[in-house]
Amino acid sequence: MTVVPAVVGAALAVAAALTLARLVRGPSMLDRAVALDVLVAIILAALGVEAIGADDPWVLPTMLALSVVGFTGSAGIARFLVHRDDDAAEDER
Amino acid sequence: MSLAAQLPIAAFLLVGASASIGAGLGLLRLPDLLTRMHAATKPQSVGLLLVLVAVGIRFPTGEVITTLVLIALLQLTTVPVAAHLVGRAAYRTGQVRSEDLYVDELAEALDAAAD
Amino acid sequence: MEERPRYSVRVAGRTVQLPLVAWLTLIWLLMGDRFSVANVLSGIAAALVLVVVFPFPPLDPGLRFHPAGFARFAGRFAYDMARAAGPLALQAFDTGLQRRANSVVAVTLRTHSDFILTATSIALSALPGALVVDVRRQTGTLFLHALGAADDAGVESVRRLVLDQEARVVRAFGTREDRALIEGGTNP
Repeated sequence: MTVVPAVVGAALAVAAALTLARLVRGPSMLDRAVALDVLVAIILAALGVEAIGADDPWVLPTMLALSVVGFTGSAGIARFLVHRDDDAAEDER
Repeated sequence: MSLAAQLPIAAFLLVGASASIGAGLGLLRLPDLLTRMHAATKPQSVGLLLVLVAVGIRFPTGEVITTLVLIALLQLTTVPVAAHLVGRAAYRTGQVRSEDLYVDELAEALDAAAD
Repeated sequence: MEERPRYSVRVAGRTVQLPLVAWLTLIWLLMGDRFSVANVLSGIAAALVLVVVFPFPPLDPGLRFHPAGFARFAGRFAYDMARAAGPLALQAFDTGLQRRANSVVAVTLRTHSDFILTATSIALSALPGALVVDVRRQTGTLFLHALGAADDAGVESVRRLVLDQEARVVRAFGTREDRALIEGGTNP
């Protein structure tokens, strides 16, 4: 069980590279926020592959912590953009 | 581990990784923010869930499974929330071009609210 | 909802919702490694501190659990998820590249419960080609971006998909009133 984790890890690296390209290219902050979310999910998957490859589930607490804070990046960007437009009154309704 | 136990693990991992590549490709190729979000939210979640299933098969103990269930629940519930916030922000900052849509009932609703 | 929600007690002038405490304790236990009395007690303590320090708006979760309905809902959810990742991921390429192939559709749910609205929008994230971009809470309206809804029939089928998903959610978690609303009228 060493070949499959290596292949899967390489595939995830390709996926991460594609996502990074969108992260760099943008064009808007929201595009980057979406790409950031995908990148976090790919990192989570890579950590899972690492657990199988290393034959040791020690990374699981790390995965849990990452999944808790993972979406705060894009949520923060989205909130920031909306509030910069001063739509706070709209939110109160 | 026996081969019979390794096969499903390998299968889940490979399908999960290809779903992730699908998400990456969609993210890069699709023309606008909302269609890119489709590619981002679904294959991304599925890819991660399949990897989690593989980890669960590999380490079938209580503590691992409960942690995996929690990760999966968090992923399934936070992805739509993040998508909602991003979609909302996209509309509020004028990044959705209604003329590219067949019907846009949200733009109509926002216009009606503005009047 | 002015009156105190059910299953709640007052602690230090704050309304403490016991179901919320139980739920937070369960999450705590899932995070820990093993079940023990000390673990349960510390979980309850942490949950109590959380709900007292960060008061949660009083809510009647409007939640009843129906095992059979939930099993059907979960099965369909997994099936939709699997479909969304497979060949339909390619659909994104077909429809995304042409103009005016997609729509943003407003769908007003039949039930008026916050919980059903939230659960339906989360469950919809599994549907291939559908993406919730905004929610209007007072009217219970979901706004979805739908891939490939390029004519009126496509838009109607999106509405139907959403209402079907709502019906599945209600059959899994709905109160009696919610269920009456679903069964009462056929899909509009």
